[in-house]
Amino acid sequence: MKAIVFGCGRTGTMLSLQLAAEGHEVTVIEMNPSALRRLGRDHGCRVVIGSGLDADILEAAGIQEADAFFALTRGDNTNLMSAQIARLRYKVPNVCVKVADPLRADAYRKLGYFCITPSALTAGMMRDWILKRPFQRIDAYNQLSEELRI
Amino acid sequence: MYMIIVGGGNVGLQLAKRLLSVGHEVLVVERDSQTADRIATQIGEENVTVGDGCEMATQRDCGFGRADVVIAVTGEDEDNLIVCQMAKTVWSVKRALARVNDPSHEEIFKQVGIDETVSATGIIYSMLEQQIQPDVLMPVGTLGRGDHEVVEVELSPRSPAVGKTRRELDLPDATHIVWVLREESGGHQVDDHMVFASGDTLVAIVPRSSAEALRRALAPPAI
Repeated sequence: MKAIVFGCGRTGTMLSLQLAAEGHEVTVIEMNPSALRRLGRDHGCRVVIGSGLDADILEAAGIQEADAFFALTRGDNTNLMSAQIARLRYKVPNVCVKVADPLRADAYRKLGYFCITPSALTAGMMRDWILKRPFQRIDAYNQLSEELRI
Repeated sequence: MYMIIVGGGNVGLQLAKRLLSVGHEVLVVERDSQTADRIATQIGEENVTVGDGCEMATQRDCGFGRADVVIAVTGEDEDNLIVCQMAKTVWSVKRALARVNDPSHEEIFKQVGIDETVSATGIIYSMLEQQIQPDVLMPVGTLGRGDHEVVEVELSPRSPAVGKTRRELDLPDATHIVWVLREESGGHQVDDHMVFASGDTLVAIVPRSSAEALRRALAPPAI
């Protein structure tokens, strides 16, 4: 599989290394060259310096042939915009977006995007751990509690 | 009408002033509290709020649900895109306008359903292009959902349109040359008998897809 990971923070680094270790072709897009140090030395990924909102950079990363696109920067709007470019303009079949704001994530799930909200997953799993419940499917953790709804 | 402007920079502030002066209800949403304070002294604090216009709670508190128009003019295209998209999908706002800073992003704005965009870079570029290369169509505006353009073109002496009427030109379908500006006599409505002259500035309405064909009909052949 050919995967593009936009954003080389902690999540992007871990995901890139895991997929590369399983033999997949991973290209990392990162705006800040110094962030690439996180990948270590023998990471086996291709690296493109630039923004995942920029068509030239996306094409240099091989988005036209990509099977999967992960938008993992720390900017929710940057992630949501690049994910939409990947899906609508380049027809990437699998697009995953990290969205910190649970409400924004909910709005874009309704538009058909696979959005992961780290805080919701973490909180839900901690709750299940302390209440001695088995861990659940991701949809259960994505449910907005009434207090959060608008 | 109730108009919400997201982004209190220069564009947002000047726009707010104009809209207020013609009697609209205006609220500027600005993330930075110092910037918000500064513009509040100019347009009144009741017309400014501090907050992140991308957050749904801010949107609710600002009354996105009753806004007639939402205008996103921050310096970041990703923020403008998300604000307008949420205005339309979450709050059913009828008109959402966005400033696009990088012209190459205009396509994704259209693809997610934001038809009304303004790109200063694009406008300045086409003005420069007009100076460098006469006869290039200069966009004046768009009509409807952006599928028709109003364009302006100045005829150079070598234009194939010089000495002809509009019926004698090979114009693309659904294209209308409607008005001409002449230095000595001012503006004229174009009829089928008017003969175009060098130096005329024509105003035409053209389907976006035919703009290139119109350019060929009016521009001189390449040397």
